[in-house]
Formats: sequence, C-alpha cells, structure tokens
Amino acid sequence: MAIATRTFAATIFDPVGAPIAESPNRLLAALRGVAQQCFFTVVVRPFVHAVLGLRILGRENLPPADPFILVSNHASHLDAVVLLSLFHGRRLRRIHPAAAADYFRRSRLLFWLTSTFFNILPIERKHITRSNDPCRVMQAALEAGESLIVFPEGTRGSGNELQAFHAGIAHLARREPGVPVIPAHLTNTGRSLPKGTWVPLPLLCEVRIGGRLHLQGSPGEASRDLAAAVRALETVS
Amino acid sequence: MRTLILNLSPVGQTGLAIAGLLVLATAGVAWLCHARPHRDFTELISRVRSWWIMSGFFFGSLVLGDRVSLLFFALISIWCLREFATLLPSRPADHGALVLAFLAVPLQYYWIGTGQEELAQLFIPFGMAILIPFSLVLSQETAGLLASASQVYWGLMVFAFGLSHLAFLLRLPKSPDGSADGRSLLLFLVVLVQASDILQYLWGKCLGRHKILPRVSPNKTWEGFLGGIATATAASLALGFLTPFSLPECLAVALATTLLGFVGGAVMSALKRDLGVKDFGRMIPGHGGILDRMDSLCYACPVFFYYVRHAYY
Repeated sequence: MAIATRTFAATIFDPVGAPIAESPNRLLAALRGVAQQCFFTVVVRPFVHAVLGLRILGRENLPPADPFILVSNHASHLDAVVLLSLFHGRRLRRIHPAAAADYFRRSRLLFWLTSTFFNILPIERKHITRSNDPCRVMQAALEAGESLIVFPEGTRGSGNELQAFHAGIAHLARREPGVPVIPAHLTNTGRSLPKGTWVPLPLLCEVRIGGRLHLQGSPGEASRDLAAAVRALETVS
Repeated sequence: MRTLILNLSPVGQTGLAIAGLLVLATAGVAWLCHARPHRDFTELISRVRSWWIMSGFFFGSLVLGDRVSLLFFALISIWCLREFATLLPSRPADHGALVLAFLAVPLQYYWIGTGQEELAQLFIPFGMAILIPFSLVLSQETAGLLASASQVYWGLMVFAFGLSHLAFLLRLPKSPDGSADGRSLLLFLVVLVQASDILQYLWGKCLGRHKILPRVSPNKTWEGFLGGIATATAASLALGFLTPFSLPECLAVALATTLLGFVGGAVMSALKRDLGVKDFGRMIPGHGGILDRMDSLCYACPVFFYYVRHAYY
C-alpha cells in the first residue's frame, strides 16, 4: 500500500522526478484543493449547467464512495470536465481522469494547470516501460484509495461511432475486483468542443450513468461487454 | 383601490390583469384536481406553474429597466439558437460558423441597445449572409456545405434577427400622440400572441375535430385555429389601450399578428417533424423548450414592429 501511494504520488505531484519534502507538499496540496474548489464553483459548474445545459440521467448510479472506475465514451476535452463536475466537495480531489502523458505533459504549464485543477493522472501511450506501465499506475491509484475516470477508446473519437475499447481496463478491473466499474455516456460534448477546436459551443449536453458492471470472462470479452454497456446507455431516456 | 389601479402605468395595469388571469387559472386547475381526483393533472399543473414563472421573468425584465430587458431578450435568442443548433445535423466542419453565429447574437443586441438600429438591421441579413458561408469555405469541407450554410443562416435569421425585433420594439420612444411607447407595444404583442396560442389550444381541446395540418401537427385543428384566432382578435380590444391604434385598426393588426403567430407555430412544428423530435428542449416544464414558447413570436414580431414604426414614427 505504501509503495502504491508513493508510486502514485510521484506520478501526480512530481513532473520532474525529484523527491519532494513532506510539509511544503501538504500545504501545497491544501492550497491546490482550495483553488480547485473555487475554480469548480465559480467557473466549471456554471459553465456546465448554464452554457452546456447539462442534463443528468441516472444520478442515483453515481458511486457513493471511493475508489471506483468511471468509464465513458470520449469525443472532447470537455468530457473529463463534465464528469468531474458531477462530484462535490472533498471527493473531487480523489477522482483522477486518466490523461495521455504525451499530450498533457508537452508543456510544464499545461501539466501544472491540468493536474492542479483537474487532478489528471498521466498515462503513457507511446513509450511504455515497466515503471510507467498504464495498468500499474492506475492500479497504484486504486490501491491508494483514489478513483479513476477512464476513456477506453484511448483518444477522442468523432463522437458518432464508439471506437474499439483498449483491453487495459478489463485487465485492471480483474486485478481489482472490489472496485466498482460504472459505465457512463456523454452526448454532444464532442459537438460542443470537437478535436482541434478551442471555443466551446453552447449546445445542450447530456450525461447518462449506468448501473455497476460485473465484468467476467477474458479481458477481450470483458472489454467488449464494457463497450456494449456504454453504447447501450446512449439510448436510455 | 380604484385610484391606485388607475394610477398605475399601462404596463402595470396589464401586469395586474395577467396576474388576475393566472390566479383564475390556478384556481381552475385546483378545482379540477379536487373535482376529478382520479385523473392525472400533473402536466396541466406544471404548465400553469411555468406560466407564472415566465410571466414573472417577463414583467420583471420590463420593470427593471432597458438594460435588463435587453439582456433578457438576448438570453432568449441565445437559448433558442442553442436548442436549434443542438438539433441540427451539423458537421464537425461547421464549428467555426456556429461560433460566429452565437457571437452574432450579443453583438446584435448590443447595437440595438446603443441605438444603432440600421447596423442591427443589416448585420445579420447581409453581414452574416456573407460571413457564414465564407467561414464554412475556410474549413475546406465542401461535402454538405450548402446544407450547413442554409441551416445556420436560417436559424440566425429567425431566432437572432427575428426575435431581436422584440428589442427593437422595446426601444421605440413614446408615440407622437403620446398614447403608447415601446414597452406598452411590446406588451400588446407578446400578450396577444401568447393568448392566441392558449386560446387555440383551449378551443382545440374543447371542440377540436377536423385536423388542419395533419402531417405537420397532430394537435392542430380547424376548430382550434378559427376559434382561437377569432377570440384572440376580439380580446385584443381589451389590450388596445396599450397601442395608438383606432378600433378597426386594432382588430386588423391583431388578426394579422395572430395569423402570423399561427404560421410561426406551424413552421416550427413542421421543423420538429423533420428533425424527429416532439419538443425543442426541456427548459420549461410542461411546455418543452424556450423555442416551443417563442415559435409564434418569431414571425409576428418583425412584421408588427415594421408596421408600427412606419405607421406611427
């Protein structure tokens, strides 16, 4: 558990790889928490509810406690923002959207902003070694009691068809059977801020949250079941 | 008490009358629930409650000053455009054009608010007619370009330009004979059109038998149409004190306005059929989206404004 926490903390708090002293880290963490709460209250939630007019279906399926894995389709940078906005208070800090390290670590500023305000968990997509293996990193997070938001398509899709899900989540779910896997589906976020654009359109978005999934069988089968569950949510009214 | 009511402005008097009607409606629904306990009236209750809230916002915005009213109408235009854009089968390449379209709305209302009427009358019809297709050209995605250009421009013309005439109307000063100003004329228009909608609905519910546009709207009937238009035109006489119209003129204007209201409603119903939806949104409980409430005003508003402006100013 201690090793898991240290591995996880190192990924989140330490872009460079140098050791961080204990007390400044705790104060910094508290300040980041306050900044994040202010940001969500003043900017994110008004945006999500007033501009995107977010409609939430299946709110009762939101997991009451950490850790959990929230799985969703991916079409926009807004996806993680919208999903995070569903959670309040202290819980917000313990929920980490998995984010592509090659994209979000390309600038120190971008990484600092996204990890401070959105608690992203950087995941390697390209140069995977033993120490930065996505499965290990995510497992470390779950074992440290933190929750994950994962987009198994691996990248932002066109928003029309669900791309094939990477099998990693199925592997992860198998290794952590006590952690609930919750499917979710986002509508119109991909039309509001599609790939390659920077100005979000005020379009009516919806999020549908499904009941907890029990993934069985081989990772390939479990992956397909997961994809089917997310796809099925699209038509829930 | 009598002097108190008479001392109120025309807007205030109308507000009071509307409040009275709402109280009657609420009492009526309450009686219905009591007299027929076995029937489900949740939709009706929701509708009446929404009318209270909408009237509250509308009168509130009129009373709180021009800036607040303009902001309110700009928001309504944006909400309508949002509902429309959400339902449009837009392509990813349309993103830039849609951003321009949404930015055009506050700009339009800003120009109306600062008195630049001519600019506001030319910007969307001509300015956007050039900018929207050009921004689509810049995306270099030609497949479906004609459809996108037409749809975005049409939406802007109806919801941004058409509805902005509510703001144009509001900005009209006191009429030369002193009997009306922009605010009272706006009130006349909005109350008349909404009353026409409600009366058409009621007549249709009571006597409706022969469908008027069966492939467009299953709920509209000849009885509803004729009864509603006739009663609303007659009722416009009660609102005549808000306008500088003579009696026959008031009836003629009201008839034309309510007919245009019906046309607007029919066009939007047809649009909903085409897009495969029952309502434009769900912002107003019991009614649907903002567009479902504003559809009748979209065509009635500009025609009413230009008539009043040319006849009296």
